[in-house]
Amino acid sequence: MAYLDHAATTPMLDVALEAYVATAREVGNASALHGAGRQARRRVEESRERVAAALGARPAEVIFTGGGTESDNLAVKGIFWARRSTEPRRTRVVSSAVEHHAVLDAVDWLAAQEGAEVSWLPVDALGRVTPQRLRAELAAAADQVAVITTMWASNEVGTVQPVAELAAVAAEHGVPLHTDAIQAVGQVAVDFAASGVSALTVTGHKLGGPAGVGALVLARDVAVTPLLHGGGQERDVRSGTLDTAGIVAFAVALETAVRHQREYAARVAALRDDLVARVRQAVPEAVLNGDPNDRLPGNAHFSFPGCEGDALLLLLDARGIACSTGSACSAGVAQPSHVLLAMGADSARARSSLRFTLGHTSTPEEVDALIAALPEAVDRARRAGSLRATR
Amino acid sequence: MVTLVRAPPRCPTVVKKVVGVRVLAAMSGGVDSAVAAARAAEAGHDVTGVHLALARNPQTYRTGARGCCTLEDSRDARRAADVLGIPFYVWDMAERFQADVVDDFVAEYAAGRTPNPCLRCNEKIKFAAVLDRAVALGFDAVVTGHHARLGADGLLRRSVDLAKDQSYVLGVLTREQLSRSMFPLGDSTKTQVRAEATRRGLAVADKPDSHDICFVADGDTRGFLAQRLGATPGDVVDAGTGEVVGQHTGAYAYTVGQRRGLHLDRPAVDGRPRYVLSITPKTNTVTVGPAEALAVSQVQAERPVWIGGPRPAAPVECEVQLRAHGNVVPATVAVTGDGLRAELHQPVRGVAAGQAIVAYRPDPAGDIVLGSATIAA
Repeated sequence: MAYLDHAATTPMLDVALEAYVATAREVGNASALHGAGRQARRRVEESRERVAAALGARPAEVIFTGGGTESDNLAVKGIFWARRSTEPRRTRVVSSAVEHHAVLDAVDWLAAQEGAEVSWLPVDALGRVTPQRLRAELAAAADQVAVITTMWASNEVGTVQPVAELAAVAAEHGVPLHTDAIQAVGQVAVDFAASGVSALTVTGHKLGGPAGVGALVLARDVAVTPLLHGGGQERDVRSGTLDTAGIVAFAVALETAVRHQREYAARVAALRDDLVARVRQAVPEAVLNGDPNDRLPGNAHFSFPGCEGDALLLLLDARGIACSTGSACSAGVAQPSHVLLAMGADSARARSSLRFTLGHTSTPEEVDALIAALPEAVDRARRAGSLRATR
Repeated sequence: MVTLVRAPPRCPTVVKKVVGVRVLAAMSGGVDSAVAAARAAEAGHDVTGVHLALARNPQTYRTGARGCCTLEDSRDARRAADVLGIPFYVWDMAERFQADVVDDFVAEYAAGRTPNPCLRCNEKIKFAAVLDRAVALGFDAVVTGHHARLGADGLLRRSVDLAKDQSYVLGVLTREQLSRSMFPLGDSTKTQVRAEATRRGLAVADKPDSHDICFVADGDTRGFLAQRLGATPGDVVDAGTGEVVGQHTGAYAYTVGQRRGLHLDRPAVDGRPRYVLSITPKTNTVTVGPAEALAVSQVQAERPVWIGGPRPAAPVECEVQLRAHGNVVPATVAVTGDGLRAELHQPVRGVAAGQAIVAYRPDPAGDIVLGSATIAA
């Protein structure tokens, strides 16, 4: 099997798996006052320190959550609520047109349920948000903005955003900026303090840790209203019994991924570049989407003109090759990607796209398998696609 | 029936026995299509499951026995595929379904005809758009859970379960379409299919049968049409006297043979119930009359498809069915130009334009579909 969908989830690192199993054998609620509880608490706090150190944050800034979607929701809604409650005129959210649904839908929810006004920052043809656009947006009405949320790197097309520049613009206007760095951590250099962002989302299962555990790194001067109320864990911001084993494994994975990030990125990017070159050779009409330079090392995202992405996926899946069309709704029906549409692609090109993402277990043989299967798949998918076109 | 024609292997030393073909199982989320997929897999075919997303905005849950378009149905289909261990995908056919089935349904009613959307869905979606896409993608056939028999002889026959027989809604398929179709349930009764689903551990074993029109969520066809066609008030006229006996809010909402919901202002002279005899969209008139006036002994039909043999050169003695679950009557069917005419040996009531006439040749091994056409008058 060729697993080319690491951006969806990547295999757990052995060290993380071992840490998980070892910790899961221990008993103890990290909030309990006895010895077993203290032991669990110690593991959690050591993990917090590891995560903080790896991300350039302070331990007190790390809030463990149930994963990326929760962290994004907590940041977007929580900062909005907190900011608006102290300054009622701040009812605006600034976001980008290429966010993951965990941010997109949280912002939409604020608009629908909380009366928030939303400014969606457009992107250029490579999927980049520009600091100029943010500056223009804030120049108009910065005193009405409660929160800015814009991703570090695109889960679909792999474009890496100029986050530090965006954060600098936000800081000029005193508006907190949250960034979803789920795809970035372990792939590119991510330093919370140096980036200047106020909040950052990271999750375990994209970097070799378990699914269902992540963190929101939140600067100490940024107030946030909780989503979950209860036992008051995590600075009263996120109640719920701490998943000690998950947190330990997440921290080990994150620390390992960050420590090896440079050599990982060099190796994976070389393999990715080979994949891109060979896909173009095999299918000359294929179009690489996203920024050719500032992109995630493992990401290769193409449009295959005349094909439908879901047909290609089915055909490659039958050959044991796992990849992604990039977006799906709950019924499993592929919708044209909002990211590609925002980048100026038409609906046909958006539907024709396929994402291959490499990771720490990727091998040249997997790329070989893709290249062996791709021409026939494209040929067949094009035949199927022409049925739609000639209808 | 699927013809097992494959290119000979290039290298004779690596002859791999082909036990089956690549087939696409259309899985609605119901028990029939799940068992059909299971049987195809068990027969040695390489089966891939596909759920067709037909609704633009699918409902989350089924309400009653309606629909095959909800997210719950999609999940049920996925679970069945999991249990069978076959790949599973959702194909978005909503746009095609809207154009070819829903819009057609509305247009047919607006034209005073009574369409059968299940038949149209088979003709245009399942055994056309889906089949064509499947073939383009390298599949050899489409498998469905329809209750009908399709043997090695290429003939389409009624299911052994006459109460569940669906040969009528498959009668529109061409030989070409049938040659790439598989109906593994034709030799079983519904009871047997449910029992088999239980034995196979399929959770849909007890799922209620679907009824009615899947895209009319609340079952209110008249309301559905009124929403799309608007109110167009007109007269209800008595066929005998020519008098206006009532008003309607849209002739499209009526079907030939309908008795209920006429809301006539005055009773018939003879006091007997009246039925819809015809709908005239041009004058927006609904004509009503007594039951006996409904009786028809000759049917004209258009766009015939002959699947049980060549286009008959001489009139054929056979049996015809004029609507889904309708009675079967003996008839003489003759080709007329590009259509056909059926002389019914006993009169039939409630024959509606837009429905299909399906001709069968009685056969001890299951009545054979000879052909079908769309009733014109």
